[in-house]
Amino acid sequence: MAYMHIGKDFVPPDVAGKVTGRIKYAEDYSREGMVYARLLTSPIPHARVVSIDASAALAMDGVFGILTADDVYPDGEPGGTGLKILTNEPTLVGEPILALAAVDEKTAESAIAAISVTFERLPFVLDPLDSLAEGGPDAYTGGNTFVFREGFASEKWSRDQVASFRAGAEPTAEPQQQFAYGDLEAAFAQSAFVYEGSFTTAGYPHMSMEPRSAMAYWENGKLYLHGTSQSLTGLAVDMAGIVGVPQEDFVFINEATGGGFGQRARAGSIPSMAIPAKLSQKINRPVMMRISREEEFTIGGARQGFQGWLKCGFKADGTMAALDIYIISDNGGKGGGGDAFAAADCISILYQTEAMRFRGTAIGSNTGHRGAQRGPGQNQIAPIIAPILDKAAAELGIDRLAIRLLNTPQNGDVGGPQRQPLTSAYMPEALQQGAALFNYQERITRSRQRNGSKVTGIGVGQGYHNAGRSGMDGIVRLMPDGRLAVHNGVGNLGTYSYASTSRAAAEVLQMPWERVDVITGRTDRNLPVTSPQDGSNSIFTNTRTNWGAAQDLLAKMKEIAAMDLGGAPADYTVGGERIYKISDSSTGMTFAQIAQRGLQLGGKFTGEAEVPEDLNDFTKLSVSRLAGSALMGIFHDSRHNNNPPGFTVTFTEIELDTETGKYDIVDMVTIGECGTVMHPQGLKNQLVGGAVWGIGLSGYERHLYDPQNGLPASTGYWQSKVPTILDTPAKIRTGWVDLPDPENPVGARGIGEPAMGAVSAALTAAISDALDGHLFNASPITADMILNHLAGVTSEAVPLAQNNFRG
Amino acid sequence: MNPKLTRRRFIKGVIASGAAATSTTIWYAANGADRPAGYVERLIRINVNGQVRSVDVAPQETLASTLRYKLGLTGTKLGCNRGECGACTVLVNDIPSYACSVLTHSVKAARIETVEGLESPNGDLHPVQQAFVEELSPQCGYCTPGQIMAAVGLLRANPNPTREEARQGLAGNICRCGSYDSYLDGVMRAAQIG
Repeated sequence: MAYMHIGKDFVPPDVAGKVTGRIKYAEDYSREGMVYARLLTSPIPHARVVSIDASAALAMDGVFGILTADDVYPDGEPGGTGLKILTNEPTLVGEPILALAAVDEKTAESAIAAISVTFERLPFVLDPLDSLAEGGPDAYTGGNTFVFREGFASEKWSRDQVASFRAGAEPTAEPQQQFAYGDLEAAFAQSAFVYEGSFTTAGYPHMSMEPRSAMAYWENGKLYLHGTSQSLTGLAVDMAGIVGVPQEDFVFINEATGGGFGQRARAGSIPSMAIPAKLSQKINRPVMMRISREEEFTIGGARQGFQGWLKCGFKADGTMAALDIYIISDNGGKGGGGDAFAAADCISILYQTEAMRFRGTAIGSNTGHRGAQRGPGQNQIAPIIAPILDKAAAELGIDRLAIRLLNTPQNGDVGGPQRQPLTSAYMPEALQQGAALFNYQERITRSRQRNGSKVTGIGVGQGYHNAGRSGMDGIVRLMPDGRLAVHNGVGNLGTYSYASTSRAAAEVLQMPWERVDVITGRTDRNLPVTSPQDGSNSIFTNTRTNWGAAQDLLAKMKEIAAMDLGGAPADYTVGGERIYKISDSSTGMTFAQIAQRGLQLGGKFTGEAEVPEDLNDFTKLSVSRLAGSALMGIFHDSRHNNNPPGFTVTFTEIELDTETGKYDIVDMVTIGECGTVMHPQGLKNQLVGGAVWGIGLSGYERHLYDPQNGLPASTGYWQSKVPTILDTPAKIRTGWVDLPDPENPVGARGIGEPAMGAVSAALTAAISDALDGHLFNASPITADMILNHLAGVTSEAVPLAQNNFRG
Repeated sequence: MNPKLTRRRFIKGVIASGAAATSTTIWYAANGADRPAGYVERLIRINVNGQVRSVDVAPQETLASTLRYKLGLTGTKLGCNRGECGACTVLVNDIPSYACSVLTHSVKAARIETVEGLESPNGDLHPVQQAFVEELSPQCGYCTPGQIMAAVGLLRANPNPTREEARQGLAGNICRCGSYDSYLDGVMRAAQIG
């Protein structure tokens, strides 16, 4: 289908601000009379605050006040393992205990140093399996896990059970979560090759470039909060609740966000922004809270690590017949997530496993709090499964591409525990396209070729994440001057989807892009409730809402045209910023004229009547504020059918140096399968950005904690080893399938998260290939691990260790 | 490529500057609002983006702090404030330098350029800025000013770099979004624009 905007590159409105430095992030703002907050954080991984003596600090010149957990939670701290604004029961080093505001940061730091806090030390644990073992410490006061709707619990296995698991045997304890489908026993019986083993994946921090600094002030009873987020309305609604201010009195300002990667999607994952808000309310001054890199590490969250076991069966033809998987996921000191479930769901979809059982238990540790991180679950498991698939292919005498083509999802397939249909799937096409671009048939002949100390490895990987939601709203307005305003609450994370999804509305009205204004950046610009920009869903979800709102606007325009110019609404169409009769293009009105006519008519045309009742509350508020200002289109998306997937495929060739354990990525091809392409440059950026994340996941990133004191040992970029440009190929070749999904009006789906999984899978497969099929069953696979393997050194590290080496 | 533009040189510069910028106390240390007894703050003049600016600078104040909080040049970003990420990269006498790790007093005689100084007086973007727009090089944009200044420094020293030379030239700047490929595309396009 020929589109005016869809599938075409454009210059997003904020790019000029990014290259000139003019666009403002939260810490770039200042306010007359602004004072500065510093945090007193826990130096102990698990403790209870016995007393706080701030008298000396409060007596110091230039100190305006402190904020404690008792101020924030006068009725007691909330239950559960979620992040709190401040706490008297820290469960990780660096958790904020109190905040102090002063005239400048030096004074604030000096005052913080003058505060005496008495802690009662409590037992702590860094490795979930140590906690799981009978008699082991619990990470939380109430236990080592939190059961939904039931509360804290202490999950314990016998020490023999834990030791057996660490030694690679199937766990035998009852899990917290499980699902199963198919006849697992029969499927294993039919299998010609069965692999069984344990695996571990590391936790590591998000490390967004912009620390989560925030500035807040109150004016005429309203709270203005400059913050950082992946979502405007998706986060602001809940943040208002956390601060305790009515939605109508809360203005969240967030023009740009310096990275999120899942950790800034929702208010609950970044409650620290409430500190300057509450402190400002208490001392009646604007408060800036700057967050350092170390603080960003400690309160910024981390990916869940896995300690797992799996058994996988393949039929003689290569079909993945059976998978039995058990995962202990690390909930850290706060939070948690559904990563283990998502990992199992991913395998079910990505490899179309015929019979499957998942068992999982989430256990806390006194380490960084856990929450969603780019492909939570799907991307931890991708680099584990890919080398196993290659091992099966080798054992069964099947080509590595062929075994993937055999098992890959395609149109009409289902997946997951609910056996939910996919809205569409063009993975065979993606694999074939990638193979052709990579020249797979020639490249595979180089597998394991040696050149001095270097050996070539070839890897193929696949990635998946569900990529679309429902229940969101859209608002568009045709202004009296004929311009189109698209209100978009999705947030500006750097994907440019706030702009590219707005182009769906422009498409409906055939509106030139230069005549479109994307209204975003702060919630008092009257935004609709859109989904948090996470889960790779923005493209699918917000294309639907913007398209729907524009269709509503178009229907109103046609109704007015028929009313004034005769005929029926269906007799009219749009083009050239006019609405006109299809049979006689001279009969029509300009967009400016029809917008002005709509204003005269009012009522449903201007949002003053017949507003959809199923709109979200915040959208209703926005609509009520906009009512009467322009000809409006309003839409609530109630869709909830099937699973819109985002898929990727990666092919890579590496050259692994057996003397150093390092490898160079000689070539990398990554293909997106995300329906119709909305914005080629934006898609390319997600593919190459996801590739860099995949390189980090499979080769470098992990956080470490001191086992004696529970102190984080990797708070910086170099200690956590975020990939630099020199760790990545000089060129990553990209492509896309570009076939439409039937459940999106323009056929589009999301891509951000699977872009990472396929790359990490391809790399661990390539490393395994270069090492004659050796399985590390781990991510990351670091140079020392490779060297130890090549030297035949048996690791002295504790098997399945989490959060430290312990070797 | 110019060997001056390596990470090694950045790190050496950090050591030479003597800036202690590694703790959570960095903010007050950098801002230095309070003065030890016996010290007298000095109103110094620094050349920023071709303009001589008079500014009250504490002895231990970093250039990043002066630019952002004294001169309002917030395009220079602080990602780590300890010489790891490169978001604060500015040019000091044409050499990309981490502003978080340079003491302002040490650059009194130098030419300092920030991202705000690249546009021409008529508002035309610098070729690197223009190329970064055309290639859609930024994602979240937080590291972009630093990437741009590193690229400008590279192209002044080496107007026609190979892709590998450009890669080395940007090696001191982390992009957590992983937009390296698009930044490299931008540098190569900028070299063509000239």
